[in-house]
Amino acid sequence: MNESNSLLDHLRSRGITRRSFLQYCASLAALMGLPHTSVPAMAAALGGTKRPSVIWLPFQECTGCTESLTRSGSPTLESLIFDLVSLDYQETIMAAAGSAAEAAREAAMKENFGKYLLLVDGSIPLDRDGAYSCIGGHSNLDILRESAKGAAAVIAVGSCASFGGIPKANPNPTGAVPVSDIVKDKPVVNVPGCPPIPAVITGVLAHYLTFGSLPELDPRGRPKAFYGETIHDRCYRRPFYDQGKFAKTFDDEGARNGWCLYELGCKGPITYNACATVKWNGATSFPIQSGHGCLGCSEPDFWDKGSFYKPLATGTWGNAKTLGAAAAAGVALGVASAMLARKRQDKIVKGE
Amino acid sequence: MELLDFARGPALMWAISIFVVGVLWRLTGVLFLRKKADLSDPRNRSSWKGLRLIFLRSWPRKEFVGATAFTEVLGYVFHIGFLVALFFYLPHVLFFTDIFNGVLGLNFKQVFGFAWPTMPGGLIFFFGAVSVAALIAVLIHRLISPVKRLISNFDDYFSWFVTFAPLVTGLLAYSHIGAPYQTLLALHILSVELLMIWFPFGKLMHAFTIFASRGSEGMQFERKGATL
Repeated sequence: MNESNSLLDHLRSRGITRRSFLQYCASLAALMGLPHTSVPAMAAALGGTKRPSVIWLPFQECTGCTESLTRSGSPTLESLIFDLVSLDYQETIMAAAGSAAEAAREAAMKENFGKYLLLVDGSIPLDRDGAYSCIGGHSNLDILRESAKGAAAVIAVGSCASFGGIPKANPNPTGAVPVSDIVKDKPVVNVPGCPPIPAVITGVLAHYLTFGSLPELDPRGRPKAFYGETIHDRCYRRPFYDQGKFAKTFDDEGARNGWCLYELGCKGPITYNACATVKWNGATSFPIQSGHGCLGCSEPDFWDKGSFYKPLATGTWGNAKTLGAAAAAGVALGVASAMLARKRQDKIVKGE
Repeated sequence: MELLDFARGPALMWAISIFVVGVLWRLTGVLFLRKKADLSDPRNRSSWKGLRLIFLRSWPRKEFVGATAFTEVLGYVFHIGFLVALFFYLPHVLFFTDIFNGVLGLNFKQVFGFAWPTMPGGLIFFFGAVSVAALIAVLIHRLISPVKRLISNFDDYFSWFVTFAPLVTGLLAYSHIGAPYQTLLALHILSVELLMIWFPFGKLMHAFTIFASRGSEGMQFERKGATL
């Protein structure tokens, strides 16, 4: 695409009508909780915007976040929007490899110093001086520090970049940390999820392109527009929860009737994400709709919060041995107290 | 570790352990106390009828109804609301059955032949809210009644607080008011843990002793030929 072309020009060349584009802007505005009056401004800003440089760094990750984005549909408006940023470095989808790829990153950083967006997926290992994950002979830690210097903002894509994710799960063998532990002097937006919803990633980018600023964030650094409510709050099975109707197994009558999956370990009540509203695969479905409880993948340390299949209401109460030991200690204390009391009585009776 | 993880993890384990140690300590301590010798002849052949006192003392005699009805009724309202919310709300039932299964290695349903019944969340909220209102009313009554205020000590107020806190945090967590759900749930669990830790060492222990105490007293009365 010609660098000077606007986004709208390019969309037209790809057969996307203005009406479709406006519909996209309206749905994006609704998704982000913006008033409908902002749609024309959003369309004008997005339509007229030039491609900003985006550098996407992959660290300790599984490429699931990239897969999520690139396989969001073929083609969707979201993917086109993403196509229209100048993605100057993305190892998975870029043609260049090896030193040529690294040179592309360095050139983009130099040309767009202070203006480029830095997207990071994967956590950063700190143990052994970051030797657990290196690219082109440089540790992830060094690459992140170097790349963050000239970034306008950093977007941590996925739970690994946002909170450490699976690499940070106990016992965290590589000393993995999230982006926010390293980058302190730039705005960092966390877009957690394993993987995050494609529309959420593009929504954050669109917000930045439209308003020139990052969206409002919650205390965990997540855009409130997408992470403002729990899955449970917006779940279509919520009425069954309120009515006390629960599936007891994955194939019982309750499951077939689409009742609440709380008893089967659904973590929806403590998980902030937009799965229940935005959904996946072109708003086709989401895990709960497919009959499986939410794993809570967009929450910190979701891997270490116990079994995915144990209800949220249960906790680590110990085990039978712990309770048995506590009971034995209680009985022993009680008998000892009673014996002491008897001794005291004897003394009083004897007049000692 | 986040607050909720702490509440569901180590804090819960310690609270339950302290609860079990404390309750058994007090119960065994009382059971093994030396019984006072009763040297008089029994007036009745059997003392079992004395167990009626458990029920007779559950409502004041008519001479005292006027003076105590307010507290009695509110007491019942609170206890019924509290017990319904505690034992018939699904998340609570899952918590209890998980421990039951873990200790016995058997499923609750396998042992009893039926599943632990639960009630809809809205109904539980109603019972919980009524219970909270009753607790507030009895506290106000305690504060404005000169006699009650005089005989109240730290145990009374703290026991009230540790009972009130789980109810309020539970209602807030259910309705998602005041803070993110995770925080409210963590506060709810922590408040329950405070209740469990305090339970054996204060007046809340009456939950385990009240009926046994009334029963044994009734049997003594029966033996002595007293009118119940």
